[in-house]
Amino acid sequence: MTDLLPELRPGPAYAERRVALVDLLDRLLAGGVVLDGELSLCIADVELVRVSLRALITAVEARLPDPAAGGE
Amino acid sequence: MDRREPECGARYVYAVVRPGAAAERLAGLTGVAGLPVRLVETDRLAAAVSDVPAEEYSEESLKLRLEDLDWVEATARAHHAVIEALGSGGAVLPLRLATVYHSDDRVRDLLREREEEFGALLTRLAGHLEWGVKIYALPEAPAPAPVGATTGAASGRDYLRQRRAAREHREDAWLAAARVGERIDRELAGLVADTRRYRPQEGRLAELSALPGVNVANVAYLVAVDDADRFRALVQEIAAEDPRVRVDVTGPWAPYSFASGAS
Repeated sequence: MTDLLPELRPGPAYAERRVALVDLLDRLLAGGVVLDGELSLCIADVELVRVSLRALITAVEARLPDPAAGGE
Repeated sequence: MDRREPECGARYVYAVVRPGAAAERLAGLTGVAGLPVRLVETDRLAAAVSDVPAEEYSEESLKLRLEDLDWVEATARAHHAVIEALGSGGAVLPLRLATVYHSDDRVRDLLREREEEFGALLTRLAGHLEWGVKIYALPEAPAPAPVGATTGAASGRDYLRQRRAAREHREDAWLAAARVGERIDRELAGLVADTRRYRPQEGRLAELSALPGVNVANVAYLVAVDDADRFRALVQEIAAEDPRVRVDVTGPWAPYSFASGAS
């Protein structure tokens, strides 16, 4: 058994709540680990897809260089 | 059992975690499209996955689906629910939406190839949560209302003066918001492990919020769990000082904004 990492206390560490979609999409479309999934030839195109999605959700993808992704 | 042939299936990958305790957090949980979530493990790492029909995640399908806001929302919320379930038990490395592999073996290959990087990230993120801080300028907030403005019929010069005052007031709101942002960055530096700036929110989705104001800063902060209360209190304290500025704090989030490494 791996020890249960104590850093996040089990229980209501995350509030029970419905998060705003716009906040969630910031994180899910511009954050997160980026992997080249396989079917994701698809994902290579997500950049393009995001451009049109952006018409709807202009907040999502920072055009600014991403400091988190930019490093080594 | 109507299991799909591996060749026809695909693995939607939500997150990378340490193996072990994560498994019990996934019991009974449903992921994207209401599908069950399970772990694909190596010795050191595990990925939370759902078995999805490959054709729904082909390049063509995905392109169409990402244009469909209902699908995007349902998928994002399902993805998020899995991340939160995993995160309540330990460090979690969320993947970007709609990352799909062909098979368990391919997922394991990935975990092994990037074991060192993922392990280091999980260690770095352990004990931390992400908080969103959105700063809004409130140009409509109580302007220094010129006397007589309510009854109208002011002279032309009065009118121009009022216009100018209103414009300056509006600019003041932006400057005030920028100052609040700088103060938060400066005064909370000691509590913040990392910072990531998103583009300010605008557009239709952002407008769904009934609250007034123009978003001028949209920042994610990585904060140790033990510092969370102080962090929030200080942000609120700084925010409360200027009526032309509103600050929304969201979270705690799993460390979505800090999962891509660097630093």
